[in-house]
Amino acid sequence: MQPTTEQDLAEVVRGVDEPIRIVGGGTRPIGEVDGVALSVAGLTGVTLYEPGALTLVAQAGTPVADIEAVLAAENQRLAFEPLDHRGLFGRGGTPTIGGMVATNASGPRRVAVGACRDHLLGVRYVDGAGQVIKNGGRVMKNVTGYDLVKLMAGSFGTLGVMTEVSLKVLPQVEAEATLVLVGLATAQAVEAMSVALGSPYEVTGAAQTSGGTALRLEGFDASVTYRVDALKAMLGKFGEIAVHEGAASTAIWRDVRDVAPLHKTKGDVWRVSVKPSDAPQVISNISPAAHLLDWGGGLIWMAVDGGRDIRPLMQDIPGHATLIRRETATGPTFHPEPAAVAALSDGLRHKFDPRGIFNPGLMA
Amino acid sequence: MDMPSPDARVMAKKARVIERLQSVLPTDAVIHDPAETRAYECDALTAYRCPPLCAVLPSNTDEVAAVLRICHEEEVPVVPRGSGTSLAGGALPTADCVILGVARLNAVLETDYPNRIIRVQSGRTNLSVTGAVEEDGFFYAPDPSSQLACAIAGNIAMNSGGAHCLKYGVTTNNLLGVKMVQMDGTIVDLGGAHMDAPGLDLLGLICGSEGQLGVVTEATLRILPKPEGARPVLIAFDDNAVAGACVADIIKAGVLPVAIEFMDRLCIETTEAFAQAGYPDCNALLIVEVEGSDAEIDHQLDLISTIAARHDPVEIRQSRSAEESARIWLGRKSAFGAIGQISDYMCLDGTIPVSALPEVLSRIGELTEQYGLRVGNVFHAGDGNMHPLILYDANKPGDLELCEAMGADILRLCVNVGGCLTGEHGVGIEKRDLMTSQFSTEDLEAQMVVKDVFDPKWLLNPAKVFPLASSQSRRHGG
Repeated sequence: MQPTTEQDLAEVVRGVDEPIRIVGGGTRPIGEVDGVALSVAGLTGVTLYEPGALTLVAQAGTPVADIEAVLAAENQRLAFEPLDHRGLFGRGGTPTIGGMVATNASGPRRVAVGACRDHLLGVRYVDGAGQVIKNGGRVMKNVTGYDLVKLMAGSFGTLGVMTEVSLKVLPQVEAEATLVLVGLATAQAVEAMSVALGSPYEVTGAAQTSGGTALRLEGFDASVTYRVDALKAMLGKFGEIAVHEGAASTAIWRDVRDVAPLHKTKGDVWRVSVKPSDAPQVISNISPAAHLLDWGGGLIWMAVDGGRDIRPLMQDIPGHATLIRRETATGPTFHPEPAAVAALSDGLRHKFDPRGIFNPGLMA
Repeated sequence: MDMPSPDARVMAKKARVIERLQSVLPTDAVIHDPAETRAYECDALTAYRCPPLCAVLPSNTDEVAAVLRICHEEEVPVVPRGSGTSLAGGALPTADCVILGVARLNAVLETDYPNRIIRVQSGRTNLSVTGAVEEDGFFYAPDPSSQLACAIAGNIAMNSGGAHCLKYGVTTNNLLGVKMVQMDGTIVDLGGAHMDAPGLDLLGLICGSEGQLGVVTEATLRILPKPEGARPVLIAFDDNAVAGACVADIIKAGVLPVAIEFMDRLCIETTEAFAQAGYPDCNALLIVEVEGSDAEIDHQLDLISTIAARHDPVEIRQSRSAEESARIWLGRKSAFGAIGQISDYMCLDGTIPVSALPEVLSRIGELTEQYGLRVGNVFHAGDGNMHPLILYDANKPGDLELCEAMGADILRLCVNVGGCLTGEHGVGIEKRDLMTSQFSTEDLEAQMVVKDVFDPKWLLNPAKVFPLASSQSRRHGG
């Protein structure tokens, strides 16, 4: 089923009496869902774009690439740097803006500008009863009524079928540069990233890969030059620092964004969210086959062999683990919630989708 | 503005409710003497007042839970209160409610610079959060203008913003976790020191829910390193529309100022008479502030001045020092006080797409003629958040009602041009009955079912946010 208008989509939902698997471009197969496919890929197009107001509204099935092209023409961008899951899953297809929002896909710049959910200004969606609902809007400051916009971001299609999203966009930058420190152990790398992120130099990326510990600076040309020098001086005690500019810098962050170091790995791929200073302990407890730290250590991507459930190994470290690419692991995709929180989440899913037809069981 | 009549069943058991609350709280934490409960009869929307049944001031999460369990069992409405600075009547009591004040929950529980977080009890004031970390070079970004007094609990309830949110976002973008007590006394932790939610983003839902889903007792907040410096440029224009066009051009040029503030002639003249900031004689004034090192600031201010120069400004005044910056900000920061010196006023809070600014200002001008009331416009221009101040005379019979009617017209105008009723103050009682101009019945129902999940008996702050007619069948006591 691939309706081409919101009204048709609502009619489809009203008419079905079986579970639905909601798809956009089908490039983010996180978790397993049974059900008849309902695609939003037929709802396409940018409905409104005001560069002077930093806002863009698009139909949920619009390819992310189309939106990025429209923004680039006005020297703007999606600042939260949505990751592209295709490499990780080894599949083709066209990522859509709706799928990006439904998975709250956010990249390295999340540490500086926030996640996808922080840039989502409004949504329209079809609820489980087939009604069209709107929340939020197209303006940057809006506290009118409950914020269902945040709730819809990252809800993986379990609350409704998003038909239109409204996003805050930001200016493209004139220049970027990346400082790379080589040979740091995880604990040292996290410490270096914390120092950089705690500096006034507006670091917009802090990641550790096998290639080193990378720190990104962006902005006007002269300003980047100034801050590269200032940050180098500040981080001198951590050892040699190489500086990559322009396209070389861009390439480093494209790989971090898309988790490229784990593309060719075998095993399950987990995404772990903890406070940065807990990252070394998590990695030591789990000993993954391969890993990547982003968000200054707050986001850990891991390839883990043998179907091991890593959650018990986090012990009492606060945070959560999501099973993004499942090879042999058998546990739930999403981190189990404490009973009182799970009761709230279940209650919401039941209210939004009383028949339990949207991606049933995906998040529960 | 109507409020529901008090529930006679609750009024009849006042003595028992107070006795039960006294059994779980220290003596001085239950306030029921009518002379003392009057202190809680209103918030900063002072036109509406009603003393509560009683007020309680718990000192920790367990005491909050004990209070809520009792009120849940007795089916007594509870109105949570931060510092009582809401301009929307978010903490306005009803005669049959218990005011739950978080003022005694004011401790800093943890500061963690490597992870850039602070964990505080929710009654702590906004400015004192920054106060706890500024010596170490950090700050808490959301800066509502009431920040000296307003509590983090209220900031979370209203998802408060401030002048600097163009760059740093509002409360929801800087909130990482809460400890919250549900109406039935259940304590839940949502989020934490990590940066995203494990499942559904319940934290994002709590922020801005106006104290209707739970009582937040602790919050984990993001703190940021202080910038090296900040300086503004003042740009004066003869025409509102040109000022609006200049804002759009600055943003399109790729500069992201930390704040862009707008004032119209009435505000400029009034603040000039009050504070003598030395503002130029003009119809519209922008204050644009940028951050960074001295050289970075100069570069950005030069760029902004170059753009502004293309719009035939009356004057461009670039700050070169902290002293000059203070003078440029002096008038803007005195604006509300200055207007308050000459008249009673009602402060609106609608947001519009920036492109609609000229149209909206000219329509407000027409409404001024129609209602015979004057309006001053102060405005966060970068993000479209307007603060029209409608001047009226509280002692003149009918003037408040006239002012409210005009305010409603202005807010409907904001919605009609693609904006919303409230950008940072919240709905409270003030905009409650206008919600139907922005939302369909289905849209409102989708929000009200959320409250059904968190507070099935609709006891928490029940007569707010939703039009009374829409929520009537759910609320206790009608």
